[in-house]
Amino acid sequence: MKLTAEKITKEYPRLRAGSNYFTAVQPVDFALEAGRVTEITGRSGSGKSTLLNMLAGLLTPTAGRVLLDDTDLYALPDGQLSRLRNRHIGVVPQGQTALQSLTVLENVLLPAQLYGDGKAALPRARHLLEQMGIASLADVRPKELSGGELRRMAIARALINGPAVLLADEPTGDLDDENTAAVLGLLRDTARQGAAVLLVTHEAEAARYADEIWHMEAGAPTRWE
Amino acid sequence: MIGRLCWKNLKGRPGRTAAMLLLAGFLSFSIFGGSLMIQSLQKGLGGLRARLGADVIVVPSSARSQFNIDDILMQGSPGYFYMSADIEGKIAAREGVERVSSQVYLASVTASCCSASVQLIGFDPETDFTIQPWAEETYGGALGDGELLAGSDVSVPVSGVMTFFGVDCHVAAKLSKTGSTLDSAVYANRATLQALIAASEERGLNRYEVDPDRVISTVLVKVAEGYDIEAVKNDINIHVRKVTAARASNMISGIAENLEGISRLIGLFVAVIWALCLVIMMIAFTLLMQERKKEFAVLRVMGAARGRLAGLVTAEAVLLCLLGGCAGIALAALAVFPFSRAIEGALGLPFVAPGGGRALLLALLSLAACAAVGALISGLSAARISRLDTSLILREGNG
Repeated sequence: MKLTAEKITKEYPRLRAGSNYFTAVQPVDFALEAGRVTEITGRSGSGKSTLLNMLAGLLTPTAGRVLLDDTDLYALPDGQLSRLRNRHIGVVPQGQTALQSLTVLENVLLPAQLYGDGKAALPRARHLLEQMGIASLADVRPKELSGGELRRMAIARALINGPAVLLADEPTGDLDDENTAAVLGLLRDTARQGAAVLLVTHEAEAARYADEIWHMEAGAPTRWE
Repeated sequence: MIGRLCWKNLKGRPGRTAAMLLLAGFLSFSIFGGSLMIQSLQKGLGGLRARLGADVIVVPSSARSQFNIDDILMQGSPGYFYMSADIEGKIAAREGVERVSSQVYLASVTASCCSASVQLIGFDPETDFTIQPWAEETYGGALGDGELLAGSDVSVPVSGVMTFFGVDCHVAAKLSKTGSTLDSAVYANRATLQALIAASEERGLNRYEVDPDRVISTVLVKVAEGYDIEAVKNDINIHVRKVTAARASNMISGIAENLEGISRLIGLFVAVIWALCLVIMMIAFTLLMQERKKEFAVLRVMGAARGRLAGLVTAEAVLLCLLGGCAGIALAALAVFPFSRAIEGALGLPFVAPGGGRALLLALLSLAACAAVGALISGLSAARISRLDTSLILREGNG
């Protein structure tokens, strides 16, 4: 599957004199293709996460379209868009996003249980935990996990439904070198297995794992490689 | 999934869950306990009215000055007074009187000759229309000579023996509860009462010198349909000498007024508790949603539609209210049912707790009200959640 952004832009209204709108993302054409890792770099506040959220169907663009193959995400009602995201788009959000009342395994299984009982996903969940190196932590609560382990759990959760597109927002933030390499390697493997991967990061090391690099400056994305 | 997730959420935050359960418990305790109290008082008054069964009660005029007649008639306080039995016929002959039945009173004494100090009430099985319908609830047979019907509070079992003025009487049945002190009286047929009056005179324990066969204490009057009760009462007062007729409803009006006052007070108390709990629950839920907005944003990222999130929040709130509601109802039942006599004593009003079916219905309605509160509050919270900007929440606190 291919995720395509056509001239998407995001503007926020503001009351400051002289300017009615703040442009978070300037109009851009953008595509994520199966089997490739695309990296977006840039300073904090440059619009990277805003772009990612628009691609994920979480933030309606001011203009432009986001297409998953031929389906315009923002033309769908919330129920259908949510179901499509659940099935085809895996998102690794910024920061710690584990649900504390669930175990690690339950957290990973949760997306598979939103629209079904998730029983069929159990072997895959265990396999993903194995792949992420946290299989021994399946039954513990997230509060017992380190930052790196939590990030790997979030990746496993994003991959549980076998998404065609994986969007990772700062997946290596606050991680040490060893964990950073492990997480980036996992994302690379995910692309190798056929997913289109978007990596939003400050991490210089990430360039080694990317097929395509974009740089964002004041909301304007520019392709580097 | 929703059910399992909300159950895990509740289990995963025991402190938060306990606080919400407590609030829901307060809600159901107040509404169920309050309704139970009001219904018990109303049933008590209803029972008293039914037991009375008469429109007009006639007593000797002289008794009015010597006794508090209302206490004797309505509260079952031991006491007795007599008038000629002929009066019954005179009253029956008045226009508008459909039927009459006389009763004879005797108070037993606290002495070795008597089992207990109680009010003894003799009725005529041929004409009676107040005691026998009551007795039929627990006793189907005709009451024989030397047999008694004991009020529900008289501590003698069925088939037991009570002795009055040296005469042994068998308890044939115990009457169903009215919630008034009539429950502590003992009832017999006219012949048994006449025998007891004679025995009391023989022992010098009766203040009157009377012919037991020729006296009565009260005449209960049923007014014919189409006649004004007040007019019939006035007619008796004017045309039958040496008696005072009073409307039965006037005698229980004081009780009814007290009951209304207490019911209003309980209603107000329940309303205040509900208002307070609602405000506290609204604040608690708002804070809870604020605390959990990142959790909801994560669920949105995973693909949970707004409707599913609303379902999760509603299911959690309703589950909390149902669990807390059950606990509150159980506590209220434990506070009211075993202590109904103590409550009756403290309030000084007839108090009969509703039966199992009625109580179950009240419990279910209270639980439904509690769940409705949960649904209402969660509905407001769900509306707030649907307006959350997922991308903004995910970025909050992440630098």
